[in-house]
Amino acid sequence: MSITYLEAIRAAQARALAEDPRVFIYGQDVGAFGGAFKATKGLAQEFPGRVVDAPISEDAMAGLAIGAALDGLRPILEMQFADFSTLAFNQIVNQAATLFWRTNVPCPLTLRLPCGGTAGSGPFHSQMLETIYAHYPGLVVLTPATVEDAYSMLLEAVAIDDPVIFCEHKFLYYHLKAEALPTEALPANEARIARTGRDLTIVTYSAMVHEALAAAEELRGEGWEVEVVDLRSVKPLDTDTVMASVARTGRLLCVGEAFPWGGVTAEVVARVVSEGFDLLDAPPMRLNAKDTPVPYHPNLWSAHRPTARTVAMAARKVLHS
Amino acid sequence: MLLARLFDEKFASLYRAGKIMGGVFLGRGQEALSVSIGVHLRTGDVFAPLIRDLAGRLAFHEPVLDAARTYLGSVQGPMRGRDGNVHRGRPKSGQLAMISHLGAMISVVNGILFARRMRGVDGTVGVASYGEGATSTGSFHEALNQAAVEQLPLVVVVANNQFAYSTPTVRQFACDSLLARATGYGVAGAAVDGTDLGACLQVVGRAIAQARAGRGPQLVVASLLRLCGHGEHDDAQYISPALKASPAGRDCVKVAEQYVLQQEWAGADTIAHWRAEAAQTIEAAVVTAQRESAPDPFAPHYWSALASQHRWERREEGS
Repeated sequence: MSITYLEAIRAAQARALAEDPRVFIYGQDVGAFGGAFKATKGLAQEFPGRVVDAPISEDAMAGLAIGAALDGLRPILEMQFADFSTLAFNQIVNQAATLFWRTNVPCPLTLRLPCGGTAGSGPFHSQMLETIYAHYPGLVVLTPATVEDAYSMLLEAVAIDDPVIFCEHKFLYYHLKAEALPTEALPANEARIARTGRDLTIVTYSAMVHEALAAAEELRGEGWEVEVVDLRSVKPLDTDTVMASVARTGRLLCVGEAFPWGGVTAEVVARVVSEGFDLLDAPPMRLNAKDTPVPYHPNLWSAHRPTARTVAMAARKVLHS
Repeated sequence: MLLARLFDEKFASLYRAGKIMGGVFLGRGQEALSVSIGVHLRTGDVFAPLIRDLAGRLAFHEPVLDAARTYLGSVQGPMRGRDGNVHRGRPKSGQLAMISHLGAMISVVNGILFARRMRGVDGTVGVASYGEGATSTGSFHEALNQAAVEQLPLVVVVANNQFAYSTPTVRQFACDSLLARATGYGVAGAAVDGTDLGACLQVVGRAIAQARAGRGPQLVVASLLRLCGHGEHDDAQYISPALKASPAGRDCVKVAEQYVLQQEWAGADTIAHWRAEAAQTIEAAVVTAQRESAPDPFAPHYWSALASQHRWERREEGS
């Protein structure tokens, strides 16, 4: 038996609904239809009245989830695409994120954002928004890269007493498979060493973990041992694991699929440089998407985002400097 | 409403004396409408007030000290110095703490009502209060439509006080009456003279009763005039004398007092006694709040925004 990243997300939601009567799912087309990506397939039938279709009103959807969380429920809110969550931006960053700090009443909601690029999806169905949300105090931002993490981190997201932005990558939905669902997991806030190495640390997250792993494999043929750190959670950010890895390798490349201005990769470089400058044997480097909207045509799209080939090219630069 | 009017006057004078940091926003002219919300709500109901709803908050059992403590930044207030003035609340008591973005609280009220229904709790009503300016926002539209789709026991009370800060209604909307929007959303609508306490009590009370009886969302539109600036920093010179002299410009507190006298429910001396009592209550609250500590910026709990902070810290210590 094998299970995909998308099936793991569905399975985690089924388990959350079964185990906790406070959990419900709200979003566009999530009910009888089972969601645009089928992440809630069959759940409305299995859990009557707890998987509810929303009107096309992202602001009000987020507001409703916040109110329900305030009243003690554990809503899972599905945005059809991460890109559309900008319409709920105010509710997320000003209402949900400030609530606990202002009133001492927690706001435990999980916001599922199908994010990231797939060929042909274009500017409005491809965005990575983890940077934007991580900027705001009061939010937890998770970016699972594996089937196992998609499952266990979604369950942990539902259990966390804060608003959690759960960035699930659409490119991984069908491609990524595991033999079985995990029975144990790292805590969501701990980074994972996805591959060990001694020559260079690549820090990355979400779908870019797989590009980095492929690049590391390519570089092995050239005699380099590259370590890959999967952040898993971009907020909180596990700086300790990153620093420990850089202490071993002396070299750092940060890879992200988001736009290049600021962001997670910049944050990681800033932390390593300011707290661990002496650990570095060469200037650290960042590799991000290009500073344009995400293009439609597959030729342009595959040049817009980092890929195994461009990650390997960037890695060689750091290795040779 | 008398307590709210006098309390507001106290805040205005504290503001002028430089005793309050940040803005002061009064409900002057809107007390009749506001109090009509509060008196019809019960324990377990939900109220998302707007900046001019001191009367409604007090009638819905907000402790008198909450307003004084929040305006004066006492750590013992519900916001503990983290948020100020009108952005106060006690969500667990159904008093929501507004954010400044207009229209944004309505869907939060929807969420609480939705949760109650899901949990099998009957009889809850949620009221969201806004001015006519908020009706132009996307949030307002989305939330009223959402409540109608879900048939939630929501009452939205719109105080058309003729100005959103300085913007007159002709620059805010082009329909003849905001009440027409109720039809568009598929919700019940009612208009009321917001200067008339008796009418407000009746119309708002009926809307709340209808929602409680399961008849779906209700929109109440009140016409009145804001008898002050947007905040105490604003002299509101843009409000014309003609508008002030119009029926909408009547002072609802005076109208109510005259009505009470006419009906012989109370005499002038009783009203004077109520005023004196209210003034005493206010004075005591302000004195208490002024004596209390201001927040300590070196206290670490101010600088963590996550309820789950302990979750991450415990793991760090354990690792």
